[in-house]
Amino acid sequence: MHPALQGLITIIIGVGGCVGYFWLSNLVLDKVLFPPRGPNAGRNINRANMIRPWLFLFPALAALGLYLAYPVFETLRLSMIERDGVEEHWVWFANYARMAAEPKFIEALRNNFLWLLVVPAASTAFGLLAAQLTDRLRWGNLAKSLIFMPMAISFVGAAVIWKLVYDYRPIDQEQIGVLNAIVVALGGEPQTWLQIPFWNNFFLMVVLIWIQTGFAMVILSAALRGIPEETVEAAIVDGANPFQIFFKIKVPQIRGTIVVVWTTITLVVLKIFDIVFAMTNGQWGTQVLANYMFDKLFRANDWGVGSASAMVIMVLVTPILVWNVVNARREMK
Amino acid sequence: MDNIAGTRSALGWAVNLSVLALVLLWLFPTVGLFVSSFRTADQIATTGWWKALVPAEQNLTLRTAPPETQREENGRYVIAGNLFLEDGREPAEISAWGISSRAIDAYRPGETAELRRGGTITVEANGDYRMESAEPFTGSRGQRVFVTAEIPPEFTLENYDKVLGKGVVKRLAVYALAALIFAFAVRWSLRDREGWLVAALPTVAGLALLVALSLVFGLSEGEAEGAQTTDNMSRAFFSTLTVVIPATVIPITIAAFAAYALAWMEFPGRALLIAAVVGLLVVPLQLALIPLLKLHLAIGIGKGYLGVWLAHTGFGLPLAIYLLRNYMVGLPRDIIECAKVDGATDFQIFARIVLPLSFPALASFAIFQFLWTWNDLLVAKVFLIDATGETTVMTNAIVELLGTRGGNWEILATAAFVSMAVPLVVFFAMQKYLVRGLLAGSVK
Repeated sequence: MHPALQGLITIIIGVGGCVGYFWLSNLVLDKVLFPPRGPNAGRNINRANMIRPWLFLFPALAALGLYLAYPVFETLRLSMIERDGVEEHWVWFANYARMAAEPKFIEALRNNFLWLLVVPAASTAFGLLAAQLTDRLRWGNLAKSLIFMPMAISFVGAAVIWKLVYDYRPIDQEQIGVLNAIVVALGGEPQTWLQIPFWNNFFLMVVLIWIQTGFAMVILSAALRGIPEETVEAAIVDGANPFQIFFKIKVPQIRGTIVVVWTTITLVVLKIFDIVFAMTNGQWGTQVLANYMFDKLFRANDWGVGSASAMVIMVLVTPILVWNVVNARREMK
Repeated sequence: MDNIAGTRSALGWAVNLSVLALVLLWLFPTVGLFVSSFRTADQIATTGWWKALVPAEQNLTLRTAPPETQREENGRYVIAGNLFLEDGREPAEISAWGISSRAIDAYRPGETAELRRGGTITVEANGDYRMESAEPFTGSRGQRVFVTAEIPPEFTLENYDKVLGKGVVKRLAVYALAALIFAFAVRWSLRDREGWLVAALPTVAGLALLVALSLVFGLSEGEAEGAQTTDNMSRAFFSTLTVVIPATVIPITIAAFAAYALAWMEFPGRALLIAAVVGLLVVPLQLALIPLLKLHLAIGIGKGYLGVWLAHTGFGLPLAIYLLRNYMVGLPRDIIECAKVDGATDFQIFARIVLPLSFPALASFAIFQFLWTWNDLLVAKVFLIDATGETTVMTNAIVELLGTRGGNWEILATAAFVSMAVPLVVFFAMQKYLVRGLLAGSVK
């Protein structure tokens, strides 16, 4: 069967099935199980209303449970198990110990921390700068739209774009990568940027900063708009200069939003995979956790260590998870 | 800050200029790829793309006509013609030329050089040449001539023909124009009406016409010469589309019902469930790879479209529920309570009132999910692409090109741009909804 046809049928079955399920289950509930008629009409209505929310929720809960909640525990279990053909036996933390002894893992952990330090800070700073500068501009919306554009580009597409920027030709040829062309024009030697140990990490980070700045800018720009005019006007009357207004009046008022942007980008950074996979595949000292995990799972076929490294990512995410849940609960009260 | 007299205009200039610099810096890399996709392999390899926009001095290696075309004039053997025409190029102005690779600019136009194997050659500024010798010229190929010439900017659709199939871009452009006009016509004819259906109809009508035209008149005029990627890329394009559409539509349906229950129905444990959804929002999908692949293999789905649809549905649900619930909670309580008093059931309230009113939130999530599934590499690699590679998606096809043809920038740039074109169109067309969704979706 042609995949497009299969896709169409899936949409019809998927959507039709969902709608049909909701409609039919409601019908059964109202007409068959607890009809709002007869001697028990009142009690039946109450019972039907107790059950109905769960009918609405069931498909979503099943999918969430199966695709997100269950894997957390299964991965935890797999990370403590050794597979021996078909047999599995518990080895507890042996996989973690094996992983910690691998230099590639230490390198991935170090690089992930570097990414965590640099990317959220740089993206938020650039985003804040762009948001503030475009705020009162007549062509501000166009400028924002263009800075925001990389958000629509896939990490893989971005990798290709930036590989062209970093392209290297020997010194006797004309450079076709912008970066080397600039270096040569300034009298330097062309470099293979992605192979310089340690610093190549930063050249990869630039790609993600380039993508995430637009996101930070959009959110922060909305926050800046939300600042009460009076506070800024009062500062102007008191003789504050534009920099004081920005740093002492505006930034403190949007601190909450800055934290939100920072944590959201932090989450993206923790899971960063495609950029490293497409540009260096972890060579020349650029390994990161998600790519290390992919390597272990699908190239080395080592599920124990692979799952253990996935759990490391989970542990790193957990503080943000807890913080989000606590905040959400506080907001609902 | 614009009330501070005196500093205003200077600061205004500084702001304008720095925003311009920022925008150009952000655009520059993408423009580089875009321009490169319209250049030949030769051009990309010899000059930077930023020089493609202005006439550039280039060093070319051209050949005269082969010896078999020689004529005898007054007892001398002569080969004459134009170097550029011989090579199938547009004529250009030569500033210097040479016949040895060690001295490629040894002669000015109009000068005459001694050939190593006897005879002379004269090259004029417009590329006309004349070789003369007392003895007949021998060999099978013409004389190599190195020229330095001012080459005007030159762009080609050749790469797109290679990647997508011959003539696809041209036809697609014509169809898209027709679809756009049709969409505007529909929009205009509905100008007096309002509602979410009216907002969506022009887009749907335009897309339908685009698909219909492509199906009726076809897209490709066949394979371009020497193309090995055509088949692969167009197949990858369609399998990406096959992955994306169900993976966008199905989670919306499921999430809408759940969001309604979480927003407007009273039941014990509701707050706990909402907290759980917020928590699941940040669970890295890396954790799900092995357990779910194991599950899919165990229940017989294996690697394939069904698996990837289910996976995208599961991973997209937390954001969908979260966005939709936040939006639905903000709907006016009066409308829903009035409907309840009038005897509407929850199902009717949901289908007739809440769903149509939630159109902006549905659109926001649809764009998110569309961009995320179109651009995804990891989920497709794990759940879809098997050893045969029949069902590769575009992101994966590009990664493979990076590996095997890392130097073929013309193919790589074009393939990457083809994969980016659809999300970019969606992005610019629906930016309003995307921004709205981002603002609602970032956990405050």
